[in-house]
Amino acid sequence: MDVKPVRIFPLGDNAVTVEFGNEMSEPLNSAAISLADHINNNPFPGFVEAVPAVASTTIFYRPFEVRDTADEFSTAFDRVTQFAIDAVDEAVESNTEDLTVHEIPVSFGPQDSLDLEAIAKYSGLGTDDVIEVFLSNTYRVYMLGFLLGFAYMGTVDERIAMPRRSSPRVAVPKGSVGIAGRQTGIYPSESPGGWQIIGRTDVQIVTGDQQRPCLFKPGDSVKFIRT
Amino acid sequence: MALCIKKDGIFTSLQNLGEFGLQGYGINPRGAMDQAAARIVNLLLGNDENDPLLEIHFPGGELEFESDCRFAIGGADFAARLDGDELASWRTHQARASNLLRFREKKKGNRCYLAVGGGLRLSSTARAYSTVRLTKGDRLHFESGSPDLSTNSCVVSPTLIPPYSSFPTVRIVAGGEFERLSPDNIELLTSETFVIANESNRMGFRLRGPAISTERTTEMVSAAVNFGTIQLLPDGQLIVLMADHQTSGGYPRIANIITADLPLIGQLGPNDKVTFKLVDVGEAEQAAMQFERDLKKLRIGVALGRSR
Repeated sequence: MDVKPVRIFPLGDNAVTVEFGNEMSEPLNSAAISLADHINNNPFPGFVEAVPAVASTTIFYRPFEVRDTADEFSTAFDRVTQFAIDAVDEAVESNTEDLTVHEIPVSFGPQDSLDLEAIAKYSGLGTDDVIEVFLSNTYRVYMLGFLLGFAYMGTVDERIAMPRRSSPRVAVPKGSVGIAGRQTGIYPSESPGGWQIIGRTDVQIVTGDQQRPCLFKPGDSVKFIRT
Repeated sequence: MALCIKKDGIFTSLQNLGEFGLQGYGINPRGAMDQAAARIVNLLLGNDENDPLLEIHFPGGELEFESDCRFAIGGADFAARLDGDELASWRTHQARASNLLRFREKKKGNRCYLAVGGGLRLSSTARAYSTVRLTKGDRLHFESGSPDLSTNSCVVSPTLIPPYSSFPTVRIVAGGEFERLSPDNIELLTSETFVIANESNRMGFRLRGPAISTERTTEMVSAAVNFGTIQLLPDGQLIVLMADHQTSGGYPRIANIITADLPLIGQLGPNDKVTFKLVDVGEAEQAAMQFERDLKKLRIGVALGRSR
């Protein structure tokens, strides 16, 4: 891969994080996803799983098993760090053909767009303009986290980027589409949350499938359309 | 054959050692808060160490054995009684059909583990990706065949049992954002006492202590966290991520509790205290290896006892 790690550090005594940077950028995210894919496809003894995030990948392992086959290393951490460095060299950018473009219909009705007025006020735009600006971008799924199937997507247009609510809601309805700074996301299930809710979708994000438990995977694209 | 919840406990759930492989989809591994206890009580019975078992908080309610079986308890000491007879922790016991298990008082620790020979299964096959609180009427099935009631009970070597305390010193290794701490703040982290706050649960323990500040306040993009990750919140307070933690977070990860000492914090509850001792990854691994070697001895001992 062309993108190289800026640092590699332990996340406890059973995980190593490979960090490519600290920003929401497509090349860094792509490197994180490719590295995770490569290690997941080429596991080492004692490997548990590799998890991609916005600009980093974390490799979980069982130190006891790693050390069984790592005589020349003083720690399992050193052994896995070397696996990670080798994997960065060997990994090729993941095939973009595997990535899906999802079209997600969104309702912006008054019951669904709980914070639309607030976003309009914050941005100084009219509500229709806010919706138009929101729909004009195609968003990348940078990572899944927080809740099963919750996709952190970007990048939201600067004009409608609004910080999280100062006081989170106790229950954000299932399917709500929210904005937090320059990120957008869909609540796959009802949950407490502080994102500014711009609309709501009926699309079922959680599939119930064991291998593929949700609609999205990191690197996918999402295009919102108005119902 | 089943174990039935006759009277609700405050928080009883079915756990194993966690299910990995889906963190990339936002599914956390979950699992027992005190994995040492969970593994020991399962191994005592000759079970797989990952077999599902009950994690019980106090008050623990009442459990009825609907058939004969072997079982073991460990972790917290809630003065468990089987039809009135006191039960020792860290050893196997025999239950007869219709025996009632009760918990009299909270003597030590916060999470008691109950394993049954062959492992427990929930009657419903729907396995939610979350910790489910079991309530009155829930039945947990087991298939231990005809229990050999004549088998001698197995006991654990005391060196294997974690040194539980309501004020433990817990070892930590530096986290990804440890370097953001000034020497003064590192001193606070490793010398002051932190109290487990009331707002603590299986997801995380909030700690009350001196405010810790970072030298840089750069926003972080979301990245992975781990069971035992210590995050620094904007108000200077700490949170320790526990078994049901979310898969990612955006707060500075200043340290991680080492695997060998996770059971010590996993047994704490509100108002218990903790201090932290900084060690390197090598020492953390050595401590984990030692526990694995001791556990292996138990596994072999139980297998030999059975074949005798």
